[in-house]
Amino acid sequence: MTSQTETTATATTAPVSALSLARTTATAARVLRQLRHDPRTIALLLLIPCLMLVLLRYVFDASPRTFDNIGASLLGIFPLITMFLVTSIATLRERTSGTLERLLAMPLGKADLIAGYALAFGTLAIVQSALATGLAVWFLGLDVTGSPWLLLLVALLDALLGTALGLFVSAFAASEFQAVQFMPAVIFPQLLLCGLFTPRSDMHPALEAVSDVLPMSYAVDGMNEVLHHTDMTTTFVRDVLIVAGCAVLVLALGAATLRRRTA
Amino acid sequence: MVNYSPEPAEAPGSTALPPAVEARGVEVTRGSRTVLRGLDFTVPRGQITGLLGPSGCGKSTLMRSVVGTQAKVTGTLNVLGRPAGHPTLRTRIGYVTQAPSVYSDLTIRQNLDYFGSVLDPTRASADRRADTERVLGEVDLTSHADALAGNLSGGQRSRVSLAVALLGTPELLVLDEPTVGLDPVLRRDLWHLFHSLAADRGATLLISSHVMDEAERCHRLLLMRDGRILADDSPEALRTRTGSETVEAAFLHLVDEAAAHARAKETAR
Repeated sequence: MTSQTETTATATTAPVSALSLARTTATAARVLRQLRHDPRTIALLLLIPCLMLVLLRYVFDASPRTFDNIGASLLGIFPLITMFLVTSIATLRERTSGTLERLLAMPLGKADLIAGYALAFGTLAIVQSALATGLAVWFLGLDVTGSPWLLLLVALLDALLGTALGLFVSAFAASEFQAVQFMPAVIFPQLLLCGLFTPRSDMHPALEAVSDVLPMSYAVDGMNEVLHHTDMTTTFVRDVLIVAGCAVLVLALGAATLRRRTA
Repeated sequence: MVNYSPEPAEAPGSTALPPAVEARGVEVTRGSRTVLRGLDFTVPRGQITGLLGPSGCGKSTLMRSVVGTQAKVTGTLNVLGRPAGHPTLRTRIGYVTQAPSVYSDLTIRQNLDYFGSVLDPTRASADRRADTERVLGEVDLTSHADALAGNLSGGQRSRVSLAVALLGTPELLVLDEPTVGLDPVLRRDLWHLFHSLAADRGATLLISSHVMDEAERCHRLLLMRDGRILADDSPEALRTRTGSETVEAAFLHLVDEAAAHARAKETAR
C-alpha cells in the first residue's frame, strides 16, 4: 500500500478495487450501528420468532409431532422473512435518501456494499436463529434427530437468501408501501408451496413443479432432513447448496440493480 | 448591494494542469426530454465557479454529469483530465447533493467515520479521526458531533452532507445549492470556507445556486437557462458587458436578449 500524505496528488493512488475487505466490514459495521440506534427493531427481530414458536408449541399442544415438523420449518422461514423485510426497507432508504448515489460516487465497490449488508444482516440472523433454535430445542421440546448446529446453518443461509431477495426487490420499489407489498408477492407463494402446509408431493403436479424451482422449498426440506436424520444426508447437502446458490445468484442480480449512473 | 468581488486565486502550476472541467458539446437526455443542450464551457482550477439559473434549468443534471452519476451524457466531458465518471476520480471529487445525503439514524461523527473509511480504508484510524475532527470544525458542527443526524435541523443536516464531501481534501468540490435554507451568518461563514478552500488548498469549487446575490461571491459564473449556458464570465465582466448593476440584472438582460434574438430569427423565417 502506498502511504497517504496530505497532498491531493497522492489521493489518485487510493485503491479502487471490486471488493475491499475493509470497505465491506466498514459497511457492515455502519449498518449494525444504524440498527443499534433503533433498539425496538432489534427487539422485534429477536423476540417475535421466539414468541411465535411458543405460540405454535401450545397450538399443537396435543400433537408434538406436528409441532416438530412445523416448528423446524418455521425456524428456516422466520429468518428469511425478517431479513427480506429489513433489507428491502434498508436498501430502499439508501436509494431514496441519496446515500446510495453518494456511496457509488465514492470509491465503494457494489460488491462491498452488498457484502456489507449480507454480513451485517447475516450476523443479526445468527443471533435471531440461535435464540429461536435454542428455545425450540431446549425449552419447547422440539425433537431434532440431527445436530441443532445444522438447523442453525440452514437458518443462516435462509437469512442470506432473504437479504438477497430484499436487496433485489428494493430496486423495483419506489416507496416503502411498495416494498412492504413485495413481501406477500415474493414470500407468500413460496410459503404456500414450500411444503409447510401439506407435503409437496400431495400438490397438483403443476404446483409441485413450481415448488421445485422455489428456493424456500429446499430451505424447509433441509430443516426436515435435520429433523429426521442423525447425520448429513445427500438430500441435506443438496438442499443447502441450492439455498446457498440461490442466495449468491440473487445477490448478483441485486448488484446488477445498483447503477453508478442513473437517469 | 455590496459589490464583493474576490481576487481569483492563482493555483500553482495551473497552466500545466488541464482545467478542472472541460465540456464540449455536452448533451443529456432524460426520457424523451433533452435537459442539457450542447454545452461548451471550462471550469478553471483553484477558483470558485458559480452555476446559476432558475430551478429546473439543468444545474443539478450538469453537476451529476460532472460527478459521473448521470446516465446518457454525450459529447466530451473531462474532469481533472479524465473522462467524467472515471474510477480514479472518485477519491478526487467531493459531491454534495441538493438533499442532504447522510444517514439520519447515525450520529454526525458516525456518518463521517463511515464515509471516511469508504474513501480511504488504508489510512490509519488516527488520521481518519483527525480528518473527521477537521471537517467538523470547518462546518462548525463540533459541538453537535454526537447528535443523531435525524435530530438536526435542515440547515445542520446539509452541513453534515457538506462535511462528508470535505473529507480527504478533494481537488474538486461539486456543491449543489449548499447554502439553501441557511441563515445569513452561516451563509457568510460557509462562503468564507469556500474561499479559503480555493485560496489555501487550491481546490476547485463548482457551486450551484438559484440565489443571484451569491453570484457576486464567485470568481467565475456560468449562467444557465433551459439547458443552455447564457454566459461564462466573471461577475464583474458580466455586469460591465450588460451595463447592469447586479448579476441578477445582467442575467435578466441576457434572458431578454436571447428572447429577442429568438423572436428576430422567428420573424426572419
